[in-house]
Amino acid sequence: MALDRCADDARPYIERARPTHPSLIDTQHVVADLYAMINVPTMVWIDEAGLIVRPNDAQFGTDTFTQFHGKHSAPFLAAVRAWVTGQRGALAPAQVRSQQLLPTPDQQRARAEFTLAWHLHQQGRLAAAERHFERAGKLSPHDWTIRRGSMPIRGKNPMGPEFFELYKEWQAAGSPTYPTEPIDTQK
Amino acid sequence: MSEREFTLIDGERVTRVAARVDGSHVRIAPADLEHAFGWTLKPQGLCKDDLCITLRERRGLVAQGGIDLAVFAQTTGLPLALDVAEGVAVLGESAAARGSRLASLEAPDFTLPDLAGQLHTLSSHRGKKVLLIAYASW
Repeated sequence: MALDRCADDARPYIERARPTHPSLIDTQHVVADLYAMINVPTMVWIDEAGLIVRPNDAQFGTDTFTQFHGKHSAPFLAAVRAWVTGQRGALAPAQVRSQQLLPTPDQQRARAEFTLAWHLHQQGRLAAAERHFERAGKLSPHDWTIRRGSMPIRGKNPMGPEFFELYKEWQAAGSPTYPTEPIDTQK
Repeated sequence: MSEREFTLIDGERVTRVAARVDGSHVRIAPADLEHAFGWTLKPQGLCKDDLCITLRERRGLVAQGGIDLAVFAQTTGLPLALDVAEGVAVLGESAAARGSRLASLEAPDFTLPDLAGQLHTLSSHRGKKVLLIAYASW
């Protein structure tokens, strides 16, 4: 599920990967908001009954950026395989809840501001949109889906100097992320 | 004070109403509040579905026949993003309700399009394990 402003932004990646699973586009961040996601990649494990058995977690399918985030893909992929083959991996409800990052009022305000900004932008009211993107970012400074996710919409380079400023700010704040325990310590 | 068209957004529901704008205050008719957001002003308070929020006093909420959007949001604990000059307001989900829903561990259902525009619904995959992965080109 790509949290991109349009299908075309995600298209090159999807076409190159040629997935056999559904590849969806969440341009309005509807699902990102429903699941209180604050960054990408975010993984959620959902069982056959539609229950969350692992909450939001930042895990990676490759080691391309391990030097930045410190996580290795091997334990994650092994855990997924173990889960899918029915061996182990689903967490008990109490464990899932203890590792969920539930949204705060300010984070919800930020999401409403982002939705307003996106609406105004799509209506061509760019200056007004910019004001609300800014406000969203101030309300939820560590929600990357807002602060970095809005960059392509606003004509800013998500790999450029503003991203590096954002990264430094995030590091200075203690690199806030989902409160999940390391994946290979959970049986 | 002026009357002008206002766009009210609540998820996928977009409603255009005639609002009364008085400086930074935006007031809408009770019927429009119900139509746009599903909340009704009753004798027992502000109500939606089975929930009613008792009002200690109505003076801030209701003025000149209209319901003040900002006070409505404060009273219900719902996040409101408001742009008076542009005439648009977005009502979001409260942190309490969103958190409660996630803590129930029922994965919220959704429908999204793929590259071809075909719609996919999460709940259609019941009976299978689903690994939901959110990523982005950024």
